[in-house]
Amino acid sequence: MSAVLEISGLKTHFFTHAGVVKAVDGVDFTVSKGEIMGLVGESGSGKSITGFSILGLIDPPGRIVEGSIKFNGEEIANAPENRLQSLRGNRISMIFQDPMMTLNPVLRVDTQMMEAILAHEAVSKQTAWERARDALGLVGIPSPEERLRAYPHQLSGGMRQRVAIATAFLNKPDLIIADEPTTALDVTIQAQIIHEAQKLTKQTGTAMIWITHDLAVVAGLADRISVMYAGRIVEQGGIDDVIDRPLHPYTVGLLGSVPTANRRGKRLFQIEGMTPNMLALPEGCAFGPRCHARTAACDQQPPNDHAGDRRFRCFNPHLAVEAGQ
Amino acid sequence: MTVFVIRRMLQALLVVFLMSVIVFFGVNIVGDPVYMLVSPDADQADIEAAIRRLGLDRPILEQYWLFLKGAAQGDLGDSFIFGEPALKLILHHMPATMELAFSALILAIVIGIPLGLYAGLYPDSRISKGIMAVSIFGFSLPTFWVGLMLIMLFAVELRWVPATGRGDLGSFLGIQSSLFTLDGLSHIFLPALNLALLKISLAIRLTRAGVREAMGQDYVKYARAKGLATRRIILVHVMKNIMIPVVTVMGLEFGSLIGFSVVTETIFAWPGMGKLLIDAILQLDRPVVVAYLMIIVLFFVLINLVVDILYSILDPRVRLQDQGA
Amino acid sequence: MSDMTANNPATPARVETPFQRFRAEFFESKIATLALAIFVIIVLLAVFAPWITPQNPYDLAQVTVMDGRLPPGSESIDGYTMWLGSDGSGRDLYSAILYGLRISLTVGLASGVIALLIGMVIGLVAAYAGGRIEAIIMRIVDLQLSFPASLVALMMVAALGKGVDKIILALVIAQWAYYARTVRATALVERSKEYVEAAQCLGISRARIVFRHILPNCMAPLIVVGTVQTASAISLEATLSFLGVGLPQTEPSIGVLIANGFEYMLSGRYWISVFPGLALLLTVVSINLVGDHMRDVLNPRLKK
Repeated sequence: MSAVLEISGLKTHFFTHAGVVKAVDGVDFTVSKGEIMGLVGESGSGKSITGFSILGLIDPPGRIVEGSIKFNGEEIANAPENRLQSLRGNRISMIFQDPMMTLNPVLRVDTQMMEAILAHEAVSKQTAWERARDALGLVGIPSPEERLRAYPHQLSGGMRQRVAIATAFLNKPDLIIADEPTTALDVTIQAQIIHEAQKLTKQTGTAMIWITHDLAVVAGLADRISVMYAGRIVEQGGIDDVIDRPLHPYTVGLLGSVPTANRRGKRLFQIEGMTPNMLALPEGCAFGPRCHARTAACDQQPPNDHAGDRRFRCFNPHLAVEAGQ
Repeated sequence: MTVFVIRRMLQALLVVFLMSVIVFFGVNIVGDPVYMLVSPDADQADIEAAIRRLGLDRPILEQYWLFLKGAAQGDLGDSFIFGEPALKLILHHMPATMELAFSALILAIVIGIPLGLYAGLYPDSRISKGIMAVSIFGFSLPTFWVGLMLIMLFAVELRWVPATGRGDLGSFLGIQSSLFTLDGLSHIFLPALNLALLKISLAIRLTRAGVREAMGQDYVKYARAKGLATRRIILVHVMKNIMIPVVTVMGLEFGSLIGFSVVTETIFAWPGMGKLLIDAILQLDRPVVVAYLMIIVLFFVLINLVVDILYSILDPRVRLQDQGA
Repeated sequence: MSDMTANNPATPARVETPFQRFRAEFFESKIATLALAIFVIIVLLAVFAPWITPQNPYDLAQVTVMDGRLPPGSESIDGYTMWLGSDGSGRDLYSAILYGLRISLTVGLASGVIALLIGMVIGLVAAYAGGRIEAIIMRIVDLQLSFPASLVALMMVAALGKGVDKIILALVIAQWAYYARTVRATALVERSKEYVEAAQCLGISRARIVFRHILPNCMAPLIVVGTVQTASAISLEATLSFLGVGLPQTEPSIGVLIANGFEYMLSGRYWISVFPGLALLLTVVSINLVGDHMRDVLNPRLKK
């Protein structure tokens, strides 16, 4: 499989009055054609900033300070704005979290979909309109002609997110970044949306980065998974490996806090402590202060270790602890 | 809906009635117009004749009753000074005022919105800070003082445009206005600018606040993620969102422009109804003062009524709330 | 760790009162500090006018038409220099401006304070009574605010006539509603807070909620509105006096001075109008800058 996206050593920092926020601080991962990569972490872990960094949509006071983002072999980290603009919405699309906020309330759906085509291709308005209509049909919207004439507030939340997904697929991009696209939706709608997205990636061969804080969502969707904590990827691997045999104590904690049917009645695990203050991270492992497997070694920064195609940043990976018991 | 409109209209009628009481009794206890109207060497008989002629010998309640009866038939009494119907005098002076207020409104929109847009897009630039400083001055400086300075600079020192009066009238589509001749335009420029100043500041502030708010919205980031050109994002996505509220507020300010034109007309000797009012107050020409104030009250009440009704049509929540109260 | 010791509760920390913090933040802005300084100077000049001017411009014995319309820097017949020139009837403009400021400031501050008190009481009554009374009061407030204050003031002087007392009354009538609205807005915010509901459940009286919670909370916004409205009152009085419907010639505020100079302006004798105008400008702008900055300091939502 050829790599659509290769990120290595990416650092995106925000230079605020209070100090430098290292929102993304050394992220590496690769996404191949047709692959769905789940990017999991709690709010503030840098997962969304990673997504925006790929599109070059980091606003001051933030900027990409280091690292490389290769898209189809081309370096696009800090690429010129006009190059990024021609990629955005064309080769790399993005789906946002809240469909109530992302569609412009005063523009009709057709305007907002067609402009995504017309910005990148010299086609007639008629052609653009037909493509928009077909795309809405693909995501399971009934009577798309009618919906195209509607304003966003006339559509339900799930319907709007379908519009956003249809828009993302309009130009048959190589990569779609979905930033918590189902968080704002009802659970039943969530399942439908995930199903649509999965179906479309398989049909089109589009690679996808699915950003979420919800492990349960990616478990049934992603091929591979990266777990982020405090600006770094702490664990990465195939979905089954990570879920069945997590290595990093943070992943263990995340998995333990998901309620499942076969552990009914047992107390849910909770990760102790609070999400870290990004302005004052500890010297060593950022998860150290909350970690139950913490040792003296954790005062150092753990290296990016690997075992097979799995990678992790921990001195005391979980399996080793279990084996030792 | 009909109930709502009828209730609002009854309220408006009540307001007009109450204002007529306040205005009529207020104006009729000030000074004694007779002494201004008869020559100083008139004898007692002349004075009494004048009092009888003006109807000032009757009890004040009866005078008010006669005023109300007349007002219902569109007769607001005759001017003490000119002997003509007060309403006719005011209507005769109204076009000049309307023309001035209208020009000022256009100036405010044409100057204020682009400046506000710039200040909102680049809030930290020097030019934006300059624009905001000017708008603070626009709010603090008394209109009449700015008018004096405009006359001194453009009319006395530079001699670019005449200082006072209304220029030649031109006719276009059956409307007579000084906006249709060069001489007329050169006369209206300074007073219109003077009257517009406060509203320019208002337009700058409203537009800037709107742009800054819109630029932070998800739909702008989403539009950027679609790869749209900055031009289209600003002109279509941002402007369309802020133009509706800005233009609505500016339109509502039309009434206040007519109110403020009293000052501007006096400075620039503009023959509108504001100057007529000041002259009437100074000469104790009660019927004209009362008629002017009644017309202004009616004007404001009508504007508010129309806006209330329009809002209730556009926003069903307003209607429901009112019925609940 | 080093910043921990700074906030160590064991060390006797200086407890900052809200007022101290407000003062510290206020003086962070150079422009606002300068504006406040200018305003204080203007007030002092006005208060001490009789002792620091060469002439009492309204004592006819000290004024002579011989001195009329002298340009700035001329020497008067009595031998002092008229740094700002003289007006049509030979009054020294510097003296006339300081005396005019006394009247303008008196009118502005008096109407500001009276309108604040009346508006505050009406707003509190609305908040205290609630229900129908509140609805009626707020209806009247809304109605009045739909007219520009300048127009209301103009209507009032048309109805009341000239004079210091009448102008103050007109300005109070034009401005009370702004204060009432401010108090009521605070009341709405406070009432929606949960502790008020909790207090009501505990049977704490309405009066106590209004006076213990709503009143203290609206002091800050009232002071901000008060500064801005006082500036606008001074400016409105000047406007009305300029139009000839405000103060009479016997009580020459800054506005009257500017009006007197207006007729000379077209003939190039700019100073008679311009210097009083600059005095008015400095007064109004400095108050507005102080008010603007106070609002920024007191309203944390607007802070960066």
